[in-house]
Amino acid sequence: MTTTNIREAVLEILENIAPDEDLSDLKDDVPFREQLELDSMDFLDIVMELRKRYRVQVPEDDYLELRSMASTVAYLEPLMKEV
Amino acid sequence: MVAGTPDSHRIVITGIGLTAPNGNSPKEFRESLLAGRSGVTPYEIRYVGATLAGVCRFDELKYQKKKDVRRGTRAGSVGIYCAHEAIADSGIDWDRIDKAQVGIYVGVTEHGNVETENEIYELKGFDYDTKFWSHHHNPRTVANNPAGEISLNLGITGPHYTIGAACAAGNAGLIQGAQMLRLGEVDLALAGGVSESIHTFGIFASFKSQGALASHADPTKASRPFDARRNGIVVAEGGCMYVLQRHADAKARGARIYGEIAGHHLNSDASDFVLPNPERQAECIERALQKAGLSPADIDIVSTHATGTSSGDIQECLALRRVFEHAPRTLFNNAKSFIGHAMGAAGALELAGNLAAFDDRVCHATINVDELDPACALPGLVTNQPREMARACTVLNNSFGMLGINSVLIVKKI
Repeated sequence: MTTTNIREAVLEILENIAPDEDLSDLKDDVPFREQLELDSMDFLDIVMELRKRYRVQVPEDDYLELRSMASTVAYLEPLMKEV
Repeated sequence: MVAGTPDSHRIVITGIGLTAPNGNSPKEFRESLLAGRSGVTPYEIRYVGATLAGVCRFDELKYQKKKDVRRGTRAGSVGIYCAHEAIADSGIDWDRIDKAQVGIYVGVTEHGNVETENEIYELKGFDYDTKFWSHHHNPRTVANNPAGEISLNLGITGPHYTIGAACAAGNAGLIQGAQMLRLGEVDLALAGGVSESIHTFGIFASFKSQGALASHADPTKASRPFDARRNGIVVAEGGCMYVLQRHADAKARGARIYGEIAGHHLNSDASDFVLPNPERQAECIERALQKAGLSPADIDIVSTHATGTSSGDIQECLALRRVFEHAPRTLFNNAKSFIGHAMGAAGALELAGNLAAFDDRVCHATINVDELDPACALPGLVTNQPREMARACTVLNNSFGMLGINSVLIVKKI
């Protein structure tokens, strides 16, 4: 997957997890929690959806990497290169 | 309650919120019952395929965000809708209510089957590898879920829990609420029952295996308690929550009072997993009457439990004949003939369908009785058309469930 594809994939997951939110002006460098109403169960949903949709495993120690769109995409790039 | 009961022990209904397959408010539901409008429709569920069900069509997003609907359960959404509607109907100044003094008591027949089946279905796609099992499974399936979702949505910090009482649960929820008010544990109770059972294939498949799942070419004719050609239960979803208060509190705020919970009783058959026991049912009715200080002849309407199974309907009629033998004015009706069996919500919904009779003095009918089973021919059974009454001041509500749990609730106009 390209960087653009990965960003789209994460955005699709977010649309599913946070269906009430307007994601059109999501700022990539700002933490998700500062822009969206997301709690710990939602972050687990992101982890689960990455596992279900792309068979990507995010170990608990790496959860902080999912704090913003930019950090998430950067973290996923090597993991989803072959997807 | 019997004469001399202190005001603190007198519990009244001051609000009702409901969703039924044929109405999303007490008014709509009542209109459907008087118009003979069924809520049973064709329905399809995984593995079982085409069948029939009573399906609710309320607006889930009226009181919940999409995210909350996604995260929660259908029973939770049903409960939230009904609780909001009941509070609005009560006219209470909700913002000024101490939420720590509000209790939530929700009757359920079962909970967790829907969510577990869904999760296993998903897991099948991942070759049953449990690392794909959702972290939402536990909060969705804990037995208190439907009550807990109401607490979360409305910011209620008093007690919340469900009362698992099979199909006697709707009455059991109301009884629990009344008792907690009498004990002074809470000052306001949101009590009733909910059901999401149409979303579990297991309940349909189990009734089918038992030979107790209704079928009919015309869905609206499928639920036919007391009819000679009844062939089983139509499963329905739904919910009905009541605002209960102590009489003195309701009076002090000038609340509209639907009626007083005059008496109630719960007992057990202790005789069979599924076959009802008319002797214990009769005892349950008699004890409820005794607690209410009423005789059978004082009851104007009996809302029967009958589900449309061959044996269950007859068993209930045996119990009713025994108790109401000398009560020729008492009328009997059945709401399941319209909506099917709403399981944990049934008792609460069926009561709500009858309370309007206190105002309009009309007893809604039992529909689909084309050929009355002689074994179910109760003298006061109101069939197919509503009947006007000279007096409508009391409703006795029967709700019975598997494993032999019986519940009877009596509401009196005041």
